[in-house]
Amino acid sequence: MTAPNSTAGIFPLDKPGLLKAYRTMRTIREFEECLHAEFAKGDIPGFVHLYAGEEAAGTGIMMHLEDKDRIASTHRGHGHCIAKGVDTSGMMAEIYGKSSGSCRGKGGSMHIADLSKGMMGANGILGAGAPLVCGAGLAAKFRGDGGVAISFVGDGASNQGTFLESLNLAAVWNLPVIFVVENNGYAESTSRDYAVAVDSFVDRAAGFGLPGVTVDGLDFFAVYEAAGEIIKRAREGGGPALLECKMIRMYGHFEGDQQTYRAKGELDDIRANKDCLKMFTQRVMEAGVISRGELDAIDREVVVEIQDASAFAKAAPLPTAADLTTDVYVNY
Amino acid sequence: MARKISMRQAINEALDQEMARDPSVFVMGEDIVGGAGGMGEIDAWGGVLGVTKGLNAKYPGRLLDTPLSESAYIGAAVGAAACGMRPVAELMFLDFMGVCFDQIFNQAAKFRYMFGGKAETPVVIRAMVGAGFRAAAQHSQMLTPLFVHIPGLKVVCPSNAYDAKGLLIQSIRDNDPVIFCEHKNLYGEETDVPAESYAIPFGEANVVRDGKHATIVTYGMMVHRAMEAAATLAKQGVECEVIDLRTLSPIDWDTVIDSAERTGHVVCVDEAHPRCSIAADVSAMITQECFKALKGPIQMVTAPHTPVPFSPVLEDLYIPSADAIAKAVKKSMAH
Ligand SMILES: Cc1ncc(C[n+]2csc(CCOP(=O)(O)OP(=O)(O)O)c2C)c(N)n1
Ligand SMILES: [Mg+2]
Repeated sequence: MTAPNSTAGIFPLDKPGLLKAYRTMRTIREFEECLHAEFAKGDIPGFVHLYAGEEAAGTGIMMHLEDKDRIASTHRGHGHCIAKGVDTSGMMAEIYGKSSGSCRGKGGSMHIADLSKGMMGANGILGAGAPLVCGAGLAAKFRGDGGVAISFVGDGASNQGTFLESLNLAAVWNLPVIFVVENNGYAESTSRDYAVAVDSFVDRAAGFGLPGVTVDGLDFFAVYEAAGEIIKRAREGGGPALLECKMIRMYGHFEGDQQTYRAKGELDDIRANKDCLKMFTQRVMEAGVISRGELDAIDREVVVEIQDASAFAKAAPLPTAADLTTDVYVNY
Repeated sequence: MARKISMRQAINEALDQEMARDPSVFVMGEDIVGGAGGMGEIDAWGGVLGVTKGLNAKYPGRLLDTPLSESAYIGAAVGAAACGMRPVAELMFLDFMGVCFDQIFNQAAKFRYMFGGKAETPVVIRAMVGAGFRAAAQHSQMLTPLFVHIPGLKVVCPSNAYDAKGLLIQSIRDNDPVIFCEHKNLYGEETDVPAESYAIPFGEANVVRDGKHATIVTYGMMVHRAMEAAATLAKQGVECEVIDLRTLSPIDWDTVIDSAERTGHVVCVDEAHPRCSIAADVSAMITQECFKALKGPIQMVTAPHTPVPFSPVLEDLYIPSADAIAKAVKKSMAH
């Protein structure tokens, strides 16, 4: 059964918008859970940091963006990539180090990029994205194309000088730049409360002359509305802002992390009560605007998409010796 | 009394023994304890690969987990060293030097000279180096040449557990800033290591294999590749001398030149890129010092002039192989 189409007065998005948001979040979750299972089998090389549990934040922000808008991601970049429209098969093949990967197998999980989608790369260097988006914002401003640029940074990486310097630079140049602090409470095994002296990242923004907002990053709608406002303002020349999303990572820092630094029962509680995807589902179903059947149909399609991506990645060709020394410069 | 322990344990033991001996030694870095400020286990990580695990319980208050702020905490280590402490700061991956290089090369390295010999900066910066971990372009580099280039810094890169312990103890006792490079693929390698404390002086290379036909000069993980190549060549009647430099700055020119003079064939092996590498540096010095003794052109076996690729097939091709080293020896000897 199809639920009624009107969302007016209940949600800030129309029904196709809600379905798109759900599909994006569900795709990220499926992608990450597939990797989690494959990693455990020992088939995936290197460091893999999963975005599962944090989908509402990336999706709520990226729903406002177009290809001309740029984002700089972090080591935990899969969700940002998917929400920004990067092809999941190319991503999966990249994570397997295959030549049909988004970066021909040269970058891997920590460096997935698709410049045509405005995705300026996951990044292995904490804090490195903030100055880069100042440049992206500057370029948009020079061109006058109305583009915005968004830097994602973890609670931990927000302690980098590069990040703090960028807040000031964006403010003094009035750049169309948004700094999103993805506060999941931990940097590796170290708690945010140990490493960050202020209670709120908004206080930091204020110290640099930027407006800031803190939202419940598990609540897609809260993120969507707050991001919409500051992105609109930045597009119209109103300058930079900071958005803190309080969120939760469902898996370890990287795959293989035993997570003994968490309180007993913390993970069970997260799964049961703090799953942003479940929260979204509940909201839209209770409001009666989307039916279980409609969501199930998306689930089925997403499962197929990720199975296909995984099969594609496994079957994809490996790079060859000649690839080792190409792409170093523009001319070779 | 010696027992077989891994390089990981050997480094842990060196830190342990120096902290016990000298109250001015303290350790800092990201997640070197782990669990700080949380509600779970303390010492949850003991470093990203568990090297400092267990030390926190023995030396409470002397292992400092840091915010993710390399400029600030590496700089703080340098400053504390200039004020009489002996900090051992862990930079996790040497690739992260980009974030804090000023504090290392414009500050720590230059105090002594700029201040007319009045300063001492006994800081140790420990960091992982090298490829083979599938960690891609920003977590796998062998950046040793960048540090060797800077006067005032000492640069160490052990190839085994025994050397790691003795060289780290020396690094902590040394009164100059030391960059201590730990190859992440060697942490599990075991050798005989004395339980008691010992220091290995800087600038003394280790001849790990004697040979009269050719000399292979290298360091770090490449020592193992060179030994493999030497074993293969020995079966073909070619005896290689393998020199493990151990410290890159200062460097033991005497041992290198002496061997080159005896064998006349030299292969310099480096996991770094070829240009301005340790291999290039050693080749140039040998050419200058004992040109007449050379019976063939010095060969360099290095990583290519490309970033470290992620894909395992490419990364395996990127890292200099035993086969490439053996071929280089033969190429020199064909002259
Ligand atoms: C410059 C730099 N320092 C340290 C690291 C190692 N590192 C990778 S992720 C991480 C923790 C990041 O925490 P946070 O910024 O909160 O992001 P989260 O992992 O929680 O998403 C650390 C210390 C790095 N990659 N780059
Ligand atoms: Mg975090």
